[in-house]
Amino acid sequence: MTASTADVLDYDEVLARFDPVLGLEVHVELSTNTKMFCGCPTAFGAEPNTQVCPVCLGLPGALPVVNGAAVESAIRIGLALGCDIAEWCRFARKNYFYPDMPKNFQTSQYDEPIAFDGKLDLELEDGTVVEVGIERAHMEEDTGKSLHVGGATGRIHGAEHSLLDYNRAGVPLIEIVTKPITGTGARAPEVARAYVTALRDLLRALGVSDVRMDQGSLRCDANVSLMPKGTTVFGTRTETKNVNSLRSVERAVRYEMTRQAAVLAGGGEILQETRHFDESTGSTSAGRRKETSEDYRYFPEPDLVPIAPSAEWVEKLRATLPEMPWQRRKRIQADWQLSDLELRDLVNAGAVDLVAATVDAGATPNEARAWWVNYLSQEANTRGVELAELPITPAQVARVAAMVADGKLTNKLAREVVDGVLAGEGEPDAVVAARGLEVVSDDSALYAAVDEALAAQPDVADKIRGGKVQAAGAIVGAVMKATKGQADAKRVRELILERCAG
Amino acid sequence: MPNISREEVAHLARLARLAVTEDELDKFAGQLDVILQSVASVGEVAAQEIPPTSHAVPLRNVFRADEPRPGLSQQQALAGAPAVEEGRFRVPRILGEEA
Repeated sequence: MTASTADVLDYDEVLARFDPVLGLEVHVELSTNTKMFCGCPTAFGAEPNTQVCPVCLGLPGALPVVNGAAVESAIRIGLALGCDIAEWCRFARKNYFYPDMPKNFQTSQYDEPIAFDGKLDLELEDGTVVEVGIERAHMEEDTGKSLHVGGATGRIHGAEHSLLDYNRAGVPLIEIVTKPITGTGARAPEVARAYVTALRDLLRALGVSDVRMDQGSLRCDANVSLMPKGTTVFGTRTETKNVNSLRSVERAVRYEMTRQAAVLAGGGEILQETRHFDESTGSTSAGRRKETSEDYRYFPEPDLVPIAPSAEWVEKLRATLPEMPWQRRKRIQADWQLSDLELRDLVNAGAVDLVAATVDAGATPNEARAWWVNYLSQEANTRGVELAELPITPAQVARVAAMVADGKLTNKLAREVVDGVLAGEGEPDAVVAARGLEVVSDDSALYAAVDEALAAQPDVADKIRGGKVQAAGAIVGAVMKATKGQADAKRVRELILERCAG
Repeated sequence: MPNISREEVAHLARLARLAVTEDELDKFAGQLDVILQSVASVGEVAAQEIPPTSHAVPLRNVFRADEPRPGLSQQQALAGAPAVEEGRFRVPRILGEEA
């Protein structure tokens, strides 16, 4: 089912012999209230086939009408990517028979995309900027969801039959296609990931989609081909689908480069086909042979009239564009007085929005950064998820930071509270109460613990009385142990010195 | 002038998921040829200055407000399905189309 690792060429060897060419197609589901061509709701996770109507089920005689809000989102996406907006364009029927498309065609756009010829600048982890050209962004509709029964869960191989839920069929989709990305060499996988990340951040800033790769509202198909070093003619490409996370984008491109190189180095030919990425093995396997565009028999959709956005409308939409992620990063760097390195750490951790939201919830930028970039990033790494997917909110982090600032929690206790929130034990205050984590701030309790510790180590107590202040450390340690770490060490030290001075 | 080959008919049949016999390939090649030639004759009437028309009515920008409207219930949606399972349309397993 999956190619063995013997079928791939060593990565350095790939780069010594070939130059990779990338083409990335990103599909983004718009977060409109209704579908592209009918008034069915688009909420994720509803009971199967409860958000359907004659239009999206392709029942005879049903007629589509375009969702104006989806067109506005498409134009705004195009503008944010620096694209030209078509003065006139049409929808087209893309004909193919597949059970996830109940109409037997997908309503899409063919040679008249609503937006074309733009660019997106990406910043790689080390700060290198790469400009990616945008070929086009066009409007289409999503397909239904298939569940393959009988084989391994959800997979086609070995399935006995398939079950279709059309709630997703007809959800507005924007397909954004890059121009060929060349000259990236060894960094091609990293560029692919950075592109999807930058695009995701941009779409999120625009507020046009919830851009959840794990829920399929942002999906990437990675086209990869190789050309022998020194040549300029593109090789045959494959299109890898089912790439459902940023990390998978990077892995899929890298794997496909090493696989294709092995085929080419062995004198073989690359077949133009779709390939399926397998998260568990990190490899791709052959899918369907790619149909040529003639095979789709595109023709202008007769049931939908052309779209001709007026210059006034486009300018009105341009005025609604928010601060772009790259502008925002510059502003945040200035506002929070971050060094380039600090900003890069923040961006690379995927923490900009989370830290900003934590600051909005009352934390200082430094507190918020410390939590997200240091402690929580490690936790996300350990769990193998994106930072934003951790089960803790900026408001909860801000609450913990506030308790530290108020002296109710030490840093150590605060980490325990955060661990409790991550473990699903509820809000920070509830975790503090349930785990009994509040700092012992009652001085009488602390005095008792200090007196006890001093009495237990009379020699140390004498040293302190004799002026050896650094000896207090041993007593602080004893008190912290006695209070199970729930005392503020600084306060304990003050009390010890006070006791020994008196 | 169109001249449809047996291979083209076989290819179209595959795209349309139709099982066509060897004899039918010849038969349909001839018939499709006649159909295409008939349609192509429109080109003799429509001169260069007449642009291709996809829509007969001169309408532009017909949009719907982004407001949900009631659709079908699950029961209604599945009423015409040949087979149903777990609230979904049940279809034969999809073979080697998309891994």
